[in-house]
Amino acid sequence: MAGKSEGLQDLSTVYALEPLAAADWLIVGPVAWCILIGALLLMLRKRTDVQPLIAIPALVVLVLMTLGLVWHVAANGTQTMTMGRWLPPFGISFTADLLGAFFAATSSLVALAAGIYGRSDVDDSGRRYGFYPFLLLIMAGILGAFLTGDIFNLYVWFEVLLIASFGLLVLGSGRKQLDGAVKYAFLNLIATTLFLATTGYLYGLFGTLNMADIAVKASELRGTAPLMTLVTLYLLAFSMKAAAFPVNFWLPASYHTPRLVVSALFAGLLTKVGIYALLRILGMLFPFEREELSFLIAIAAVLTMVLGVIGALAQNDIRRALGFLVISGIGVMMAGLALGSPAGLSGAILYAAHSMVVMTALYFAVGIAARLGGSFELTSSGGLYTRHGLLAGLTLVLFFSVAGLPPMSGLWPKIMLVKASLDIGAWWLAGAILVTGLLTTISVGRIWILAYWRPAPPDRSGDAGASPLPLGATAALAGLVALTIAAGVWPEPLMALSQEAARGLIDPSAYVLSVFPAEVQP
Amino acid sequence: MSASAPGATFIVLMLPFLAAIIAPWLTRRLGHNAAWLLALAPVAIFLHFLGFSSEIATGGIVTGGFKWVPSYNVSFSWLIDGLSLTFVLLISGIGALIMLYSGGYLKGHDQLGRFLSFMLLFMGAMLGVVISDSFLMLFVYWELTSITSFLLIGFDHSREASRRAALQALVVTGAGGLALLAGLLVIWNITGVSQISLLLNYGDELRESPFYLLALLLVLGGAFSKSAQFPLHFWLPNAMEAPTPVSAYLHSATMVKAGVYLLMRLNPVLGETLWWETILPLFGGTTLIVGTLLAIRQTDLKLMLAYTTVSSLGLLVMLTGFGSEHAIAAAVLYLVAHSLFKGGLFMVAGLIDHEAGTRDVTRLGGLRKAMPITFVAAMAAAISMAGLPPFIGFLAKEEIYYALWAVDPWSLAFVAVAVVGNGLMFVIGFAVAIKPFFGPAVKTPKAAHEGPVLLWLGPLTLGVAALVMALLSPITHRFISSPMASAVAGGAETVSISLIPHIGAPLMLSLVTIGFGIIAYRMLDRLRAGMISLLAAIGWGPDHGFDQLIAGLVRLSVAVTRFVQPGRLEIYMTVTFLMIAAALIAPMAWYGEWPSMPAWPADVQFHELVVFSMVIIGLLAVIYARDRLTAIVSLGIQGFAVALIFMLFGAPDLSFTQFMVETLAVVILALVMTRLRLTASDHRPTLQKAFDMSVAVACGGGFMLYLLAVTQQPFNTALSDFFAAYSKLVAHGSNVVNVIIVDFRGTDTLGEIAVVMITGLAILSLIRIRTPRVAVADNDPDLTDVTDHKAEVR
Repeated sequence: MAGKSEGLQDLSTVYALEPLAAADWLIVGPVAWCILIGALLLMLRKRTDVQPLIAIPALVVLVLMTLGLVWHVAANGTQTMTMGRWLPPFGISFTADLLGAFFAATSSLVALAAGIYGRSDVDDSGRRYGFYPFLLLIMAGILGAFLTGDIFNLYVWFEVLLIASFGLLVLGSGRKQLDGAVKYAFLNLIATTLFLATTGYLYGLFGTLNMADIAVKASELRGTAPLMTLVTLYLLAFSMKAAAFPVNFWLPASYHTPRLVVSALFAGLLTKVGIYALLRILGMLFPFEREELSFLIAIAAVLTMVLGVIGALAQNDIRRALGFLVISGIGVMMAGLALGSPAGLSGAILYAAHSMVVMTALYFAVGIAARLGGSFELTSSGGLYTRHGLLAGLTLVLFFSVAGLPPMSGLWPKIMLVKASLDIGAWWLAGAILVTGLLTTISVGRIWILAYWRPAPPDRSGDAGASPLPLGATAALAGLVALTIAAGVWPEPLMALSQEAARGLIDPSAYVLSVFPAEVQP
Repeated sequence: MSASAPGATFIVLMLPFLAAIIAPWLTRRLGHNAAWLLALAPVAIFLHFLGFSSEIATGGIVTGGFKWVPSYNVSFSWLIDGLSLTFVLLISGIGALIMLYSGGYLKGHDQLGRFLSFMLLFMGAMLGVVISDSFLMLFVYWELTSITSFLLIGFDHSREASRRAALQALVVTGAGGLALLAGLLVIWNITGVSQISLLLNYGDELRESPFYLLALLLVLGGAFSKSAQFPLHFWLPNAMEAPTPVSAYLHSATMVKAGVYLLMRLNPVLGETLWWETILPLFGGTTLIVGTLLAIRQTDLKLMLAYTTVSSLGLLVMLTGFGSEHAIAAAVLYLVAHSLFKGGLFMVAGLIDHEAGTRDVTRLGGLRKAMPITFVAAMAAAISMAGLPPFIGFLAKEEIYYALWAVDPWSLAFVAVAVVGNGLMFVIGFAVAIKPFFGPAVKTPKAAHEGPVLLWLGPLTLGVAALVMALLSPITHRFISSPMASAVAGGAETVSISLIPHIGAPLMLSLVTIGFGIIAYRMLDRLRAGMISLLAAIGWGPDHGFDQLIAGLVRLSVAVTRFVQPGRLEIYMTVTFLMIAAALIAPMAWYGEWPSMPAWPADVQFHELVVFSMVIIGLLAVIYARDRLTAIVSLGIQGFAVALIFMLFGAPDLSFTQFMVETLAVVILALVMTRLRLTASDHRPTLQKAFDMSVAVACGGGFMLYLLAVTQQPFNTALSDFFAAYSKLVAHGSNVVNVIIVDFRGTDTLGEIAVVMITGLAILSLIRIRTPRVAVADNDPDLTDVTDHKAEVR
């Protein structure tokens, strides 16, 4: 213990003293940027005309920053920056590995698309009640979750994104919306509270909150400390966040109620944060416990993917059907977590990135369709193929992408997961993934045929919707569609990235080394 | 092996996709004449690959490609041997003719550009299927053919039948595609190779693997669904809802042969086993007979042809299954012959429909004078289909009988199947080619006259090709049949059959077939009536079954979803807490992580006991409170007692916070409750109360037990020591808690401040919600939409 006199002379036992490289700011920059711009937009709450003009360029900067982070991490390995310079594990470390950076960049792209789409989807009152501030702040929460290296700090970011998502959910404030919001809020609060309580237990066992520290100490405590209960609790808490069966009620109850752009953002990002936490905590910190629970996770995965797509088949409201497809995709990602092999985890990672882009884009497409005189109801929509060929085409690409058909991005992670399942002889898991793909094809095929190919119902053929496609919204949609096609036709970069990220989870030594460089290892 | 001009081959393979992109634009500029230009793409492909033929004819194989997804060991690589070359030439050659035909057929259609674009996309996909060396590349292209055929079948999207047929084809072939993927991945796992050219060396490993049957069944699932084998044949006739160029191209000449292609491709590694030689002939033979019988019943020219396509595919599968030298030669010849005559006949049917306004064979007649070129093309195709000289169909049929003929019950059964099948196809072929042209002129919806060159060029060319290939059979065999048969057999094969018949059993069987065909042709009307009544007696078919399957699936989904998503928050909460209780207790029980029995603390003070009993009394009061307000206040008692505990155990900051929170919570809860217009007390049935109580006890008990278990572990005090040591020294604050909040873990605080701010903003939104309307029982919007809407399969 440092005495009073030497304390000031020997700061290096307390502080990280070496100057920060400029690139290190990329680690925490995205989060700080979102909070900063969020606060600025909050001050401009009533200047609804100015808000998008600030928010959209800010989101472009965010995308560039996160892409820069991916590049930085890919080139130089996992990067750590500790807040307040306190040496880890005493201060809060932000640690960007490939997994975090990849998810951060993908989610920023989605947020940018949502910002552009929101320009036409969110009216003045929606803006006055904070669409753009909420958007930036929810991104602060999401990016904070992806980039933090501290498990309590992860909880804080979960809170930020939960409360911001709640704000987005009640934006516009219909009664029906409120009912969805109540279910959403109750069930998510339980999940967040469980996460908090479990983290309390974890602190009691480990005496540390730093993830790298936990990863090191877990192997020391294994066998003596009651870790299985701890990890099961984390599994449950994050499964609730990810909307895995049987704790997925909140998603179908709420996703169809808010403004479309909000549904789109949620569908793309919220559940993926749960998946991220599962990958990080179970995949990296507690791999042995994950292995013990793998059969349970696999069962949950199969039920989630199958019941998800079955739910989609049952719906008449297209938005609801999409909500169930989000759940179904969560099941596929959980299958990768259950497998736990490099192939399984990388499949889950790639699928998550694919799902972020495609699910958001699907809601966009459905929203544009509804605005063009279609409807969210299958029974009363139709005729879009004739009137809006481009929109019909973009939607079909997304539908096939979500069903995992080539040449779109959904194909590759599915192949990876099926093969990884077969590798360990889990034919039933492989079969479930394939059957889910087929059921998804049926479900989206029906939707497309009914809402796009079928001629408009006679009572509505009059308003033959000469209305042109909304430019900004369509551009946002087209951008995401281009991403899914590009990632399907040339999957190599993303596949290599996912595999490298999965390797980083399975062998966290680089992660640990980045937090505790060998020379100052406590 | 050589890899000549890989760049050129890649460009050529991409050519259809590029053409597809410009097709709509070109069509806007040039109208239907754009077809002439667009046909150059397949012509270029044809010529490019024709350049390989001399190399292939001498037993060479051309491979090439590049690494596509190196991280997953996937290459974009092609394998050009006799099998793929023949397919490529058929696809591009017939494709060029079809492009022209499409231009003529859909002249003036406002979506012609889109149509030509889809056709080109399909062409590119189909080329990819037959030329892929890499498994995953094959699968990608395979699924692309399904997708493009979905778009083409549903092209007349305003008709319900088209939409239904499109979905049906997508689902059946999509399911098959997934089976194929699984099969390929299993093969990949067994052998460790993911390229066909490498796989050919692993036949024995594959056949001896315990997973051989699994792989075989999965691959057959893909092949049989694509090639419409009974009982998955039903989607193909329905696909005739597509415009005739689609039927001529996809559903006779090319796509439906993808399954046959796959079987031929994998014959060297999967074939020559008992399973292969049993399953394929049985399914193929059944399909042959069922297809012809169903064809007899039809009067629509296209449907008659569609069902004979089903039977031809059956014949091909059957021959591939036999796997003998002659069977393979026969399959190869018949495949080529069938592509030529069936493509031609479909185009003829479309031509008649286009010019006469109907394709119902009972309403057509005497068109020979009005449409002479069409008539010639039709006769050429029909003669080839009937297996008569001097067309290539004759060579194929002779070879079939040569291959099948043997005197044992198994062979004789299949000989009989082949004779009946061929005889009936003879009937249908001539029914399509003779009935509309001979006899007295029948008044048709449109006054029939010869179609434009775009329309008759295709069928005529195919007829001529069938004739020339038969007349120049040595050249055909050298460049097409022998190399292809060698590739299918996996070893050098020579096909030598010519138009000069050999006296022997095959010729006799041919004569029997012709005789049977002529008799059946004369009885066609009676046979048709018989089939109609027979099918009416059976009533149910797989086509109907498909509708039932989809409708049942939707109905099942509605029922299941109602059950798992009932729309009531109470149920959601209960399940969630049950899961929490399970997540606490089950691992503690399963892995023995129970806490040990805590010892009663010896130094417990009286005042501590008093405070602890206050907590318990507060809780009991909550449970037993008569009305809600009392319960809320009691909850406050419990909370204050906990705050006291914090104080006693040296956490004044925490205690102070707890006091504040409890006070506020009680006040706010009391305020809200009074405004909520709830009944004053909680009146759940006793059973419900007991259940809820057990859930609560399980959760609370679980948390407590695990907390005991955790606190019984030694605590690592590194962090608290550090904070205590440096809080004053470095961070200059004597209150450690404050320093943790604002310095050591200041980032958390930043986040929490953001949370408070966002909460405020969210509340602002909430305040806006006014409730002018009566409080509706709108608690279950989850349910409102899970309506019983009919399972529409359109």
